[in-house]
Amino acid sequence: MPVVMDADRISRSLARIAHEIVERNKGVNELALVGVRTRGVPIAKRLARSLREITGHDVPTGALDITLYRDDLMRHAVGPQPLVRRTEIQFSIDDRKILLVDDVLYTGRTTRAALDALIDYGRPKGIQLIVLVDRGHRELPIKADYVGKNLPTSPDESVQVRLLEIDGQDEVVLEQGGAS
Amino acid sequence: MTTASSEIDQKPAVTALRHKDLLGITDLTPEEIALVLDTAEAMKEVGTRPIKKVPALRGKTVVNLFFEPSTRTRTSFEIAEKRLSADTLNIAIGTSSVVKGETLADTALNLEAMSPDMIVLRHSSSGACHLLSRICRSAIINAGDGMHEHPTQALLDAFTIRERKKQLAGLKVAIIGDLLHSRVLRSNIQLLTKMGAKVCVCGPPTLIPTDVLRFGVSATSVVEDAVAEADVVMLLRIQLERMEGAYFPSLREYFRVFGMTEERLRLAKSDVMIMHPGPMNRGVEIASEVADGPYSVILDQVANGVAVRMAVLYLLAGGAEHEDAA
Repeated sequence: MPVVMDADRISRSLARIAHEIVERNKGVNELALVGVRTRGVPIAKRLARSLREITGHDVPTGALDITLYRDDLMRHAVGPQPLVRRTEIQFSIDDRKILLVDDVLYTGRTTRAALDALIDYGRPKGIQLIVLVDRGHRELPIKADYVGKNLPTSPDESVQVRLLEIDGQDEVVLEQGGAS
Repeated sequence: MTTASSEIDQKPAVTALRHKDLLGITDLTPEEIALVLDTAEAMKEVGTRPIKKVPALRGKTVVNLFFEPSTRTRTSFEIAEKRLSADTLNIAIGTSSVVKGETLADTALNLEAMSPDMIVLRHSSSGACHLLSRICRSAIINAGDGMHEHPTQALLDAFTIRERKKQLAGLKVAIIGDLLHSRVLRSNIQLLTKMGAKVCVCGPPTLIPTDVLRFGVSATSVVEDAVAEADVVMLLRIQLERMEGAYFPSLREYFRVFGMTEERLRLAKSDVMIMHPGPMNRGVEIASEVADGPYSVILDQVANGVAVRMAVLYLLAGGAEHEDAA
């Protein structure tokens, strides 16, 4: 069960991403962070803190639940429905550049659902994708704009991101067996 | 921002409804009730968006089969279905083959031949939903059956109370009115007692059903005792259309003895909530000043009904776990 990122590595990666965001967008005007539930949300909040430290400006931050937009919701005739949680976006996304934040980018299906969900809230000026880990094996034409770590994996491995706010510690672990 | 992070840490005790149908509150555990209410919170947010629609039930067909008049419940279900992107079909008694003498079972089997996924049923006979549940493959949602149950009303009442009071456990809830004919009462007392609330029911002795005490509620015919120190006062409509005997002398006398007036309301807690499942008879069970007053959450109940019904439709769309996948 190799640890592929420890707490230091995660925090350095997020700090680097924060600087890249400022550089690429020439500041943080018009930006907003939206974390995909569950683990995208604390990552988005950490990035908001870093952006504040770098620029002195607050970036609005929200949480997006994509359950109702999943493409596998009604694929099975029978089976328990996944848990739906609240989406909290307390600002207008119209004409803003949205930084969509998730922990792991894999098939791209979650990101597709998140894009559909976001666009129901308005018409953003643009959407950029931030992920802590890109593990490959895309099934849709989706690419991240900011990546914490590119991690070559095989489909029978699973990537577990653990975060202090939810799991009590910061680490990314590569496990054998079971899709993530 | 901090509230969101504490909320995402908590995983509920139950994460799915493992039932084919929603026939009554009887069949739900406290954990399942909590799951419906939590899911309804997420659904309520959908109704605040510029585009009030999510694709969750795309391709599902829901039949709203209403054998009794209804404005609130039927429109509420229909809006809930549309917000989840289901295809909906409304069948009302006047325009259906029922007027030609078709039985409920035959109507249901014929509808079922067209492969709907869910049937929302309102019927004047208690147990009509149970009958359909046995003969239909579709999920059956009880939208009120006779004097038996009205589970989505109880769930939306609980949601509305929880929204204001944060929790149901420990609250004193007074339910006053036509207890005998009320399916809302039967669903509500089961839900509220399961969630740990203390329920006191009140009405004329002729309208207190004999079986009500077995649910662990107290009963009185003194309205002041019921209202005293109550956190929630829920009024039930006097259902003249279901009354065949003389249960009390006159509507005017009913109002004088049991009607909820501002004066009586002063006996309750200072942050009391006034609820009514509708339709209201102003000047019978409730005074207009109370219905429109600051303590009234009657219109919040209606608004919350859509979110709660979305939650029920969504959760039931998964089906029962133990069923064979077809």
